[in-house]
This record gives sequence, structure tokens and C-alpha cells, in this order.
Amino acid sequence: MATLWFCLIAVMIAVYVILDGFDLGVGIVQLFVAKNDSERRTVLSTIGPVWDGNEVWLLATGGTLYFAFPALYASSFSGFYLPLMIVLWLLILRGIAIEFRNHLENPVWQPLWDSVFAGASTLLAIFFGAALGNVVRGVPLDSSGEFFLPLWTDFTVGGAPGILDWYTLSIAVAALMTLAVHGALWVALKTEGPVEERARRLVRLLWWGLVTVTAAVTLASFSVQPHLKESFGARPWGYVFPLLAVAGLAGIRLGGGRREGLDAFLSSCVFILGMLCSLVFGVYPDVLPSNTDAGLSLTIQNSAASRYGLTTGLFWFIPGMILATGYFTYTYRNFAGKVKR
Amino acid sequence: MPGICLRMDALALHRVHFAFTITFHYLFPQLTMGLALLILILKTIALRTGDEHYNRAARFWTKIFAINFAMGVVTGIPMEFQFGTNWSRFSKAAGGVIGQTLAMEGVFSFFLESSFLGVFLFGEAKLSKKAHWVAAFLVFLGSWLSGYFIIATDAWMQHPAGFRIEQNGSIALTSLSGLLTNPWVFWQYLHNMTGSVVTASFVMASIGAYYLLIQRDEAYGRTFVRLGVIAGVISTALMIFPTGDGQAKNIATFQGPTLAAMEGLFQTANGAPLALIGQPDMENRRLDNPIVIPRALSFLTYRRWGARVRGLDQFRPDQLPDNIPLLYYAYHIMVGLGTMLIGAMALAAFLLWRGRLYGARPVLWLLMLMLPAPYIATTAGWITAEVGRQPWLIYGIMRTPEGVSAHVSAGNALFTLLGFMGIYAILAILFLFLTGREIEAGPAHATDLAAAEH
Repeated sequence: MATLWFCLIAVMIAVYVILDGFDLGVGIVQLFVAKNDSERRTVLSTIGPVWDGNEVWLLATGGTLYFAFPALYASSFSGFYLPLMIVLWLLILRGIAIEFRNHLENPVWQPLWDSVFAGASTLLAIFFGAALGNVVRGVPLDSSGEFFLPLWTDFTVGGAPGILDWYTLSIAVAALMTLAVHGALWVALKTEGPVEERARRLVRLLWWGLVTVTAAVTLASFSVQPHLKESFGARPWGYVFPLLAVAGLAGIRLGGGRREGLDAFLSSCVFILGMLCSLVFGVYPDVLPSNTDAGLSLTIQNSAASRYGLTTGLFWFIPGMILATGYFTYTYRNFAGKVKR
Repeated sequence: MPGICLRMDALALHRVHFAFTITFHYLFPQLTMGLALLILILKTIALRTGDEHYNRAARFWTKIFAINFAMGVVTGIPMEFQFGTNWSRFSKAAGGVIGQTLAMEGVFSFFLESSFLGVFLFGEAKLSKKAHWVAAFLVFLGSWLSGYFIIATDAWMQHPAGFRIEQNGSIALTSLSGLLTNPWVFWQYLHNMTGSVVTASFVMASIGAYYLLIQRDEAYGRTFVRLGVIAGVISTALMIFPTGDGQAKNIATFQGPTLAAMEGLFQTANGAPLALIGQPDMENRRLDNPIVIPRALSFLTYRRWGARVRGLDQFRPDQLPDNIPLLYYAYHIMVGLGTMLIGAMALAAFLLWRGRLYGARPVLWLLMLMLPAPYIATTAGWITAEVGRQPWLIYGIMRTPEGVSAHVSAGNALFTLLGFMGIYAILAILFLFLTGREIEAGPAHATDLAAAEH
């Protein structure tokens, strides 16, 4: 039962990263692909009706994590206190930047919010990447399953690391590149003319960097967290996930012009899915490894809620998610095609 | 001991952190939940009569709604996070229970709300009138469902139900239906949602009165005042009876010390008096400068003038709320302002019925100036509920100091508290600026939203 919820939450996280990932990515690349107010407005309108719904996946995932693995929720949220609070501030600033930008036609107001939107989106991608890196590297859990990490110490992985060290920063760079490509592909898919052209050029430029960074963080991850090798060694079928990521990465390059870029965008989704699944598969059955004593790691067993809670949860979760999928299908179908000015 | 009070420890900071962020957050949902209903009413009138005036009125309020909704969303996300960040030991113990309702809120209401808010805000030009009404209805439904799950979460902390305490100290859910139909939920939900309608009614009537007073957009002003006053007189009456009465009975039944503290009843009495005014003097254990109605508290609580009501003297000190004066004042501000809200709405409704309201400038002035009152009353009501729950985090099960994050220091908590204060100050300024602009632009300006947004 705990494994089932582990998988469900992993899927929710993947959906969150894929959906909110493209609107974060749009924020990251906006200033590079849109050169004037009208173009920026167009770029923003590619996420206007959907970004809020995408962000809801973060809340829903958080809520689900809370009830299914309360000990994990409690430990990781209090341990990652500072970066999470900064994430909250960034989410606030980014949300109001999108919502309030078009309230005034003013050459001071709009560029201000565009910069806030771009800056907050970029930093969010970095912090989410670093968070992921921390989950792979492990944290100094104590015997009550709690910890507290400063933002940074000496940037080394060993000893007493902070949230940011060279490894988690490398994951952060990978996350930033991934979402930048993802966002640029979305812009290319939803716009036409010079904005679409610039977005495609940006993808071609970033793709080589993405390949390099992906290879580097893969190597780094295996050296930082030996458990990954054990997982893939014990269950070789798990190699399907990295293969999925590689296929996605190739698809981004090859699917460029096909079906107006839909193939490339979907490839990017596959890439993100493959990378996240590889990571989750490698960490399982831990949910938050300890970097000092493997016996203190939080696992799906020692952090899960009661059996009754997990079983009952399925009765409302499944119909609820079917409904949610219905809303999203409806919204995205209504919003299909290029945005028109 | 003022020195100790000024040097806030980690626990005090974590409490202020949550109190500050939740108080600021709830300024926005308390309007949007009620306003969603009023907008739905405007859309319904427009659909049934075919009168485009009501659609334009709805569009104006949709703009105000959208700004408030955005504020509610961005300030709402930190609330879910803070359970984990600042109250980790509480979350670890109780997450298996209250995580259920919080996750249900995400799955059932946030997805619904966010999906159809987009359709509602951007889709009017594309959709048929009926389909747009449905979108408005779904936004309303989503926000009221959201309210239910949150109240169910709070109700569980006020009066835990449907759980078992495990050997390792964690709290396991044993009955989901017990959690969702907790006896505390029913009145608290109705009381809170009615309060939300009160806020929306006053805001609508207040802005309508403003347009009538400055003699601009008067057709809209009359519509706003009429709908605001009709919804306001009904909802303010429902606040007292039956919802407020039901909520008070819950407190009397399940939180005896809280009732005594709220009412400032130091001594147990047969035929206990109801204190209207007075200051709790904790050192001498009495109410200073009291004005009371004899025996009224007994009657209100037990429907018998001579009934025995337990006072603060009946309870051990460790059972009593830790800030009795704050609880007492919050409760009295809520009731006092609530009474004024009823009075203002009753007067306005009477004049509306006699057909004299739109010309009665003093009453229009009154309606306009009452704008902050429902916000203050609602906030005071929530302070009553939450300070009244003390010294418990989960009533009777977990004390507040036992739930706080063990490893988040006072310095880190103060850092993020100050951060939130700074960001929320900016949000407040932006909110007032943008809302003020919408009100100044007026309903006649709110032509087609779809065209305005793109």
C-alpha cells in the first residue's frame, strides 16, 4: 500500500514538473524570446489560462504527501525550512507578476513585472533542482527522523553539507536548463512568427548544453549516492527509465518541426518523466536518505500513515483524480493551437 | 515581566508566524467565497431576465473577484507549507488525519476552481450564456468546497474525531466519515460561510453606496446596494441564529474553559450574567467596569435562566486558554461589531422596502463606511476560535508547544516572519492600488473581460 502511494505521488510530482515546468520555463526564456511589450504579452498569454491550474498540482501533491507520508512531510519541510520559505516568496511574487502585469499600460509597470516574473521563475527552477539534489544526496537525519540544513556551508558534499553544495547546484543547473528548453518548446508550440523562431533557435542552442549537463549530473549522482547503483543492479528493468530520458532528449532534437513542434514538446515531457522516474527508482525504498547513517533514512515504511488511512484515501483519490484529469483535458482542449493576438 | 515578553522564544515566533500569515490570507477568501455566490446571483438574474445590465454588473465584480482570488491563491500556498515547516511535530503526529482533508481540498476544490476560473475569466466571449453561468457556478462550488475541507481540518483540531493514538504517539485515522461529519464541522462551516456572505454583501453595498453618493454609475450603484442589502440582512441575521448560537453551543459542550474565558465569567454561577462590556483583570480574577445582563448567559447557553454555567474557577490553570484577555476582547469585538452589522443592514433593508434607500444619504454614508467592519468581525471571530483552542494544538490531545518544529530556531523563524511581513506589505499596497483603480474605473468600464485581458 505504501509503495502504491509512493508511485502515485511520484506520478503527481512528474505531472507537476511537466505542467508547471513549462510555465516556469516560459518565465525563464521570456526575456530572450520576446523583445517588446506586445511579444511579451503574447508569450504570457500562452500560459495565462493554465499556469494557476498547473501550480495546483504542487498543492495537491503536497497535500497527498502530507496525508500518505506525514513523517516525511514533517521532516523534509522543517529541515528544508529556509529554501522552502524562499520558494514561497518566489511563488507569491511570480503569481502576482503574471496576474497584475496587464492591469496597467505603463512603460515602468510592465517591464518591472516582466523582470520579477523572469527572475522568480529562474530562481524557482534552481531551488526545485537543488531540492531534488538534496533528496538524492541525503540529509543529516537524527534519531527522531528530523534535521535542519543551512542554505550553504562550504559547498562540499561530505561532512556537514548545506542545501546548496556543488552537487545540488549541478542538479539545479540541470533543472534550469531542462525547464528553459521545456518552456522554449512550449512557446514555439503556441506562438508564430519571430517569437516562435527565436524560441526554436534557443532550443537548438540549449540542447547541446542540456546533453552535457545531463551526462554530468548522471555521473555525479552515481558517485554521490551509491544506493542508485544498487537499485539499478538489483532491478535491471529500471534501466527503462534512463532510456526513456535519452529517447526524450533525442526526440527534442529530431521532433523540431514536426506537427508544429508538438513532437518536440512531448519529447521534452518524456525526458522529464524519464529523469524523474530514474531518480525516484534509484532512491526507492528510501524517500529521504540519511547521509550519515543509512539506518536513519526515512523509507516508505517508516514514514507512511496508517493502513486504514492509505486504503481509505484511495476511495476519494481515484475519483478525484479522474475528475481533475477531466478538467485539464477540457481546459487544454479549449486552449489548443497557437495563441492569437 | 515585560522583559520576557519582548524576548520572543521560538514557540512564540512560530505562533505569530502562523497567526500573521493566516490572518492576512483570510482577508481575501472571506470576500471571494461570498462574492462567488453574489456574482452567481447576478449571472442568474441576467440569464433569466435577459437583461445585459446584470451581466455587466457581474463583470465588474468579476474583476474585483479576480484580484482578490489571486491574492488568496498566493497567500494560501504558504498555509499548507507551514504545517510542515513550522509545525513539524504536529504534522508528523497528525498528518495522517488532517492531511486527508487538506489533500481532498487540493484534489476536489483547487483543481475545479483553477480550471474553471480560467474559463470564467477568459471565456465569456467564446461561451454561450448558459455555459458561462455553469463556469461561474463551478467556481462558486469549488470555493465553497475548499471552505468545507479547511473547516473540517480546523474542526478536527478543535474537537478531534475518528482517530486512534498509536503506540509510537502518532495519530491514526480510523474513520474518514467521522472526520468529515465531526459534530463541530456543521455549525462552524455554516457560521463561517455565512460570514463570508456578510463580508461580500457589505463590500457590494458599500461600493454601490459610494457610486450613489458621488452620483456616478448610479444604475449600477442601485443594483449593488439592493443586492448587497438583501443578501446582507439575511446573512447577518443567520450569523446570530442559528449559526452563531450553534457554534456557541459547541463551545459550551466541548470546550468549557473556552466559554468561560470568552465570556469573562470568573465565578461559576447559577443564572450567570452576560458581560456586554468590561475588562478582564487576571491579577484579581474579576471583570472590571462590567455592564452585564443578569442571567442571560445561562439562558443563551442552556435555554434556562437559572442554569449553572461553569466559570474559570472550575478549571485547572493548565486547562485554561493562555491569553484570556485577548480571547475575551476578540469575542466581544466580534459580537459587538456583528450587532452593528445587523443594525445597519436592518435599517437599510427597511428603507429599501419603503423605497427610500437610494435617496437616504446618511444611510448610504453608513453603508459605505461600514466596509472594514465585517473584515474586523470575521478576523476577531477566528481569533476567538484559535486562541480559544489554546493551550491545545489538538484539543485535549496535543499541547501547542509539543507541535512546533524542533530544529527551526527562533532566529530563522524571525527571519521568515519578517520576510512575510515585508512581502505582504507590498501585496497590501498593490491590492489597494489595483482595487481602487477598478472602483474608480467603474462598472460602465467593465465591458468585455475577454477583450480587456488579452
